[in-house]
Amino acid sequence: MIVHLTREEEDALDEKHGQSISIAYKILLSIGKATNAERLIPVDWVHLSGVNYNTIGEAGVNFLTKYSQEARFVVPTTINPMGYDSHKQTKLSNNFKRQQGEIVKAYEKMGSIPSFSCIPYELFQLPDRGHNVSFAESNAAVMANSVFGLHTNKESSLSALASAVTGKAPYSDLRINSLRDPKIKINVETELNTELDYGVLGYFSGKSVRESCVSFGDHTSNIDMYKTKSLAAALGTSGACGMFSNKEINGESISFDREEAKSVMDELNTTESGDVIALGSPQLGMYELKLLSDMIGDKRFSKKCMIFCPRSIYEKASNSGIAQRLENAGANLICDACTCLSPLLTHEEYDGVITNSVKAAHYLNKSNGVSVCLNDLRSIINEYTK
Amino acid sequence: MNYSIKCKIIVGGRASGRLLATKQPINFLSSVDHSTGMITDKNHELCGRSLKNHVLVFPYAVGSSVGAYSIFALKSNSVSPSAIICTSKTDITTASGCAIANIPLLELCSDRNIPKFENYDEGIIDGISGILQIKKV
Repeated sequence: MIVHLTREEEDALDEKHGQSISIAYKILLSIGKATNAERLIPVDWVHLSGVNYNTIGEAGVNFLTKYSQEARFVVPTTINPMGYDSHKQTKLSNNFKRQQGEIVKAYEKMGSIPSFSCIPYELFQLPDRGHNVSFAESNAAVMANSVFGLHTNKESSLSALASAVTGKAPYSDLRINSLRDPKIKINVETELNTELDYGVLGYFSGKSVRESCVSFGDHTSNIDMYKTKSLAAALGTSGACGMFSNKEINGESISFDREEAKSVMDELNTTESGDVIALGSPQLGMYELKLLSDMIGDKRFSKKCMIFCPRSIYEKASNSGIAQRLENAGANLICDACTCLSPLLTHEEYDGVITNSVKAAHYLNKSNGVSVCLNDLRSIINEYTK
Repeated sequence: MNYSIKCKIIVGGRASGRLLATKQPINFLSSVDHSTGMITDKNHELCGRSLKNHVLVFPYAVGSSVGAYSIFALKSNSVSPSAIICTSKTDITTASGCAIANIPLLELCSDRNIPKFENYDEGIIDGISGILQIKKV
């Protein structure tokens, strides 16, 4: 299959509109070939990952600094969390802060909306259902497709950047209506109660299916935002799957029982306890902050606790008094950053991190080299507040 | 016995190197050390092996969308694979990372019998004609 470019797109690829646009078309062409697209189509919104210095490193900073000299975004573009909360004191090195600052500056220059959030779907009025967008950040792509009816492939930082600069994406895979039906089902044969149970299911499913859309039957029909985000984030972390659905199918199915759940826990739950509680990967929204504050009541955390949320959510939570209640309980609310791949959670400083996030557990274990005690929110609150 | 396979070209270019083959997908952000090119994930069968100058043969990338920057970082640090072959569907992370890093990327055509790739054999990639040549060592 050949990706047919219009005359204008060919010109752009041939550097007639500058080098940065040509690079963007080169990326779109490669992912178009990879996903068997026949043509490019317009997108109405882009969400970018690749903002945290801890993930993209010096090579990323150099690339973005150079790229942003010329490139400009042509569609609304939100961006992922960065490495830390710049409104708070931190022990991070000056080099880290300087490099992080360069990244922020580069995205600003290109015209991004300074969201510093992995949950744009809870903060912005996104395009209506059925519209095409380009979402990098695996949880956001899965949520956009599965919950908000937007059409996106599971984009990479660079493919979404190319969409932001051109306003286009290859018409392929989950952007095509007929390919958005699940071809495989996970048969859930064990009880799912907590948000952690849904995270474990998502992690197992991502590893088990190579299709772009998976069905969980009616197990995902009436679940709250916390469970949905936990499922979507874990699915996006372990696999290549970009969408889940509750549509029933007669085709192939894979069983998920206690044994499968145990194998995920055996991989990710690497310590019995920890010295810090970290909540929010994906970042917590208003629903989860309220849930948490109701669960804690008048009690206080017996361990250090970090809660990661977008700044705009923090401001709302401050207006309604929820932020103060959590802070009075001893929690530190951190904005613009996220648990997963946070430089604030290192093995030099912590022996173990307690969290309910399967996504965070994956990256803390494998990237940060920190042991993780994985438990559900209710159990964490019961055990570590008094 | 030496042999050649016709592949789909995703990112063109010529390269060669010893094969490093796996049936397990890779999360380029969490499973690879970007400064050394070593695979560090204890749950991966290639743990402890280096990607540097190898022809990486693997099904597809999983997980983080930032993996595309990871591929670029490997190249910037001179520890990237010399070429990559996807044996299943080529994913967007690998394709976009290779496009920016100028790493030749081919996909095995799904209608062909996939040979058993032996590590240490030499792979020669012609990303212009899409031919992958395997030389037994």
